[in-house]
Amino acid sequence: MEREVRPDPEKLLERITDDKRGKLTIFLGPAAGVGKTFAMLSAAHERKSEGIDVVIGWVDTHKRPDTERLVEGLEVIPPKTIVYKGTVFEEMDVDAIIARKPMIVLVDELAHTNVPGSRHHKRYQDVEEILDNGIDVFTTLNIQHIESLNDVVAQITGVVVRETVPDRILEQASEVRLIDLSAEELIQRLKEGKVYVPEQADKALKNFFRKGNINALRELALRRTAERIDKQLDKYMKAHDIQGPWPVKERIMVCISPSPLSANLIRFARRMVNRLEAEFYAVYVEKPEDLHNEKLQQGIRKNLSLAENLGAQTVILTGNDLAKEIIDFARSKNITQIIIGKPLEFKLLDIWKGSLVDRILRLSRGISVHVITGEVDEDDKPWTQMYKEMKQRVSFIPFIKDLFIVAAFTLICKMAGKILSTADLTLIYQIPVLMSAVRSGLLSGIFTAFISTLALNFFFIPPLRTFSVANVGYILNLIIFMVTAIIISSLISRLTRIAEASQKREARTAAMYRLSRNIAATADTKYLLEMVTKEICNIFHADTMILRPDDKGKLKVDFYATSNHNDEDGVRILQDNEANSFNLAEKERATATWVYEHGEKAGFGTDTLSDAKAVYIPLKTQKNTFGVLGIRFERENRYLTPDEWQLLDAFAGLAAIAVERISLSEEAKKAEILAKTEQLRVALLDSVSHELRTPLSSIIGAATTLLEEEGLYDKEVRRNMLSTILNSAMRMNILVENLLGMTRIESGNLRLRLDWCALEDIIGSALTRLKDRLEGRSVNVDVDPKLPLLYVDFVLMEQVMINLLDNAVKYSPKGSPITITAKLSDKAVEIQVEDEGIGIPEEDLERIFDKFYRAETSRHVSGTGVGLSICKGIVEAHGGKIKAENRDKKGARFSINLPLSALQQEKTESLPGDSR
Amino acid sequence: MTSDGARILVVDDEQEVRKLLNIVLKAHGYHVQEVEDGQNAIVQTAIFHPDLLILDLGLPDMDGIDVIKRIREWSKVPILILSARGQEETKIAALDAGADDYITKPFGMGELLARIRVALRRTANSEDDPVITVGDLVIDLSKHMVTLRGNELKLTPTEYEILKLLASHAGKVMTHKQLLRTVWGPEYENETHYLRVYIGQLRRKIGDDPIRPKYIITEPGIGYRLMG
Repeated sequence: MEREVRPDPEKLLERITDDKRGKLTIFLGPAAGVGKTFAMLSAAHERKSEGIDVVIGWVDTHKRPDTERLVEGLEVIPPKTIVYKGTVFEEMDVDAIIARKPMIVLVDELAHTNVPGSRHHKRYQDVEEILDNGIDVFTTLNIQHIESLNDVVAQITGVVVRETVPDRILEQASEVRLIDLSAEELIQRLKEGKVYVPEQADKALKNFFRKGNINALRELALRRTAERIDKQLDKYMKAHDIQGPWPVKERIMVCISPSPLSANLIRFARRMVNRLEAEFYAVYVEKPEDLHNEKLQQGIRKNLSLAENLGAQTVILTGNDLAKEIIDFARSKNITQIIIGKPLEFKLLDIWKGSLVDRILRLSRGISVHVITGEVDEDDKPWTQMYKEMKQRVSFIPFIKDLFIVAAFTLICKMAGKILSTADLTLIYQIPVLMSAVRSGLLSGIFTAFISTLALNFFFIPPLRTFSVANVGYILNLIIFMVTAIIISSLISRLTRIAEASQKREARTAAMYRLSRNIAATADTKYLLEMVTKEICNIFHADTMILRPDDKGKLKVDFYATSNHNDEDGVRILQDNEANSFNLAEKERATATWVYEHGEKAGFGTDTLSDAKAVYIPLKTQKNTFGVLGIRFERENRYLTPDEWQLLDAFAGLAAIAVERISLSEEAKKAEILAKTEQLRVALLDSVSHELRTPLSSIIGAATTLLEEEGLYDKEVRRNMLSTILNSAMRMNILVENLLGMTRIESGNLRLRLDWCALEDIIGSALTRLKDRLEGRSVNVDVDPKLPLLYVDFVLMEQVMINLLDNAVKYSPKGSPITITAKLSDKAVEIQVEDEGIGIPEEDLERIFDKFYRAETSRHVSGTGVGLSICKGIVEAHGGKIKAENRDKKGARFSINLPLSALQQEKTESLPGDSR
Repeated sequence: MTSDGARILVVDDEQEVRKLLNIVLKAHGYHVQEVEDGQNAIVQTAIFHPDLLILDLGLPDMDGIDVIKRIREWSKVPILILSARGQEETKIAALDAGADDYITKPFGMGELLARIRVALRRTANSEDDPVITVGDLVIDLSKHMVTLRGNELKLTPTEYEILKLLASHAGKVMTHKQLLRTVWGPEYENETHYLRVYIGQLRRKIGDDPIRPKYIITEPGIGYRLMG
């Protein structure tokens, strides 16, 4: 039975994402002078005639007339000038190209290295940025510039090419056009001076452009192009799901060391990967003691980045047993082939344990192992390097100290005289050896062992005061002493280094742990970022800053920590103003901005904008970049080790995630508030629309009746309708006033116009306003005559009284009395409004003051549920309290408690005016 | 001057309001002229010589309070404010600028007509009649005497001054500031509690219940008015 064949969605996705980016077309040639630029320009003209917007970003015509003619008629984006060390250079203007946004841009010489001070180190990086902006690029490239072929070309031609382009660029190209020319023709062109000026041409012909060379390069170019076509076919088959005889997927792993030789290994591996279409891993096993060796770290960083450029997944393993770590990793990743370098030196220890290669071969069961060797420059040989290093690094002070220690011991032993046997002495002399090894390392230990042997021999072994030895037994003694001393000091120094390294590591782990714990606990972005800045500053002993965009999207320094040894924790955080006004050099700001916009790190120690003083790392999560972390070392040549990079990345990642978490939770809170507001809005609309429509329908009904049916109704009916209109309008008026009042309270605009008022006045005014509503009711007012003047807002307190009275009228039967009492109680005035109505359900006593809340029992009475909430707002604005309760017998009681201010008590005493 | 034939200038930018006032006021025998902005209000006050101005504060071209100030530079014509701006600050500002009375929209027509009558009567009475009668209360300004149902009341000089001021502007709102400035002096214009205390005493002496006042009416947050 046949199964339906469906393309793998991931593969489809891959093709779609390809589409957004600009397309790269590479005009690939085996050597200079074959006519790549010419071909590119011709293609450009062709496109232009099709109506496509083509511009020149950078073209080097080498003053060849044919080529120059082709430049005419195409728009050229003017280059940017960069001054470096007093000389003016011209470079392609990436920003201008992106701003111009043509459909296709021509960029000659893909392998070009930019002048320091340009944004990117290499032109191919510029091209990548242009592609990222959705612009198609035509470019030219010679085969010798391809990274993985670099060493092969060097072998063939004897010329080492320094400018290289990573293989992935070639792989990502959507089209590669091979520009080929036979060796004879090329040489002919050279002789005719079409490629170089005559003198140069002569030299070139002798050195590089030999027929053999040219053909070898042509073969490389052809092969590379063929490989590509093969891959394209493969891609096509996959996209259309044509099943084929797929080979078993190969996985190749290259083991690298800090040695420059590893570069050859990596390139070799890359070529193999190309041929086999394998997955590619580059592995480095770090020994704990290597951690603090900057030289090693620099070497490994170089090799790892080369491997990365060649498309390898790089992995750093840690452990002491290299072979075991390598094989374990290989097994875990199902590696099929291991590539390893042939060891150059022979180590004593290898006799006993077997060399690394031997051990890997022994353990490798089922995995093919390739052992590769390479030529080494004299400069790069390990022992030359070690010698150089010694010359650079070793200071003589520890050795002088060693001399003194040995001398001191000799003096003591001499004074002890005959009590000590030779055996005792050989033991005692181990002590200075141990001390030196612990204090200043292996070399110092060995040195001490050596001079101790001499001292023993000279001062204690007969014949005394000579370096000759009388007895064979003594010779043995001395040899054993020296061997043990050396072994011990090597062990000790190694242990010390491991201890140091693990201490360092532990400090970082602790920092990491501390940070992540604190991050989890904090909900304040500012505090969090300040903490991160401080922590990083502390660990790296470097000025650390966090930049974030302001309202206008311009990056500004938000946090800045500087290493300061005066402070307790060694870190000083610049305060807000200080940090904001912190003046960042234009170049630094530009680098940070680039990082922010592209979400990739740049600056010092990276490939991009590397002449910045600090390194900048984006603080980004999967969704967005919210800021940039910048670190600037005091020391000029301080580079980050891979280990430190990892730590820094981890910090940046943690910080970014935490910030996102906080902002998400803030958003959630906002959403909650919004939902609540929405709920209120709905309640308001419900209540208002009901409360507005009811009187409106009465008004419209009555008014239309009066207008249209003139003469049908008698005077009495007409008067009735008119009073309906009036009452309804009045009701609407109250509603509007209440809504306005509530808005004032809600918006926080409730400004009290405090003034001296008599409570009787307030009550009187309220009663006057409610005269119509209170008709037929008795209102009993009982105000304590001793009550002082109140310092309140007259109008608002009147509003409270009106609302309470209106409420009492609404919820008590017609004609039932209402009582208002006011009395003085312990520095406060207690005002009560009582009715004999239906009362309030116990469970609603608190809630009736909530906005739009209406008790279940009040459904039949019209109202908005706003009045009481206004009362509450006003009373509370006066510093008072309002509460509702049910009376013992029947009805509700509202009590207002207004505290008397000290001012009030004082004012009531003294009165101006006249004697009575 | 009787109400018949009194000339009223209505200043309001809203046509519906002007139409309503025109109908009602004409029905009550007034001569009515309408304008819809501040500039025309000032011009028409000069040309039309109204006996009363009904003025809206929210005018399209200028603020109503400025209109009051401009007119007050050369005219004592009573100005009645009819505005939707209900805040006390605005009311006080208008009254202090020289307006005679203030009615907030929405308004009852009866209320408006009553206030118009009071304002017109006040100009008619002027100051040559020294005896003012409000219900049972008679204030004789020439004799410095106040009687309630024929019985003379003993008032302190301050109480008398307050009552005299309210009486000579009977029916018109006197702001706290106006009362304090006139009776106590400009430096006392913010000491409202003096006023509260004296009004309280005055009310007791003239037998006015603050809960249900008959003579001295409290204008919330603005001032007092003696029933006209």
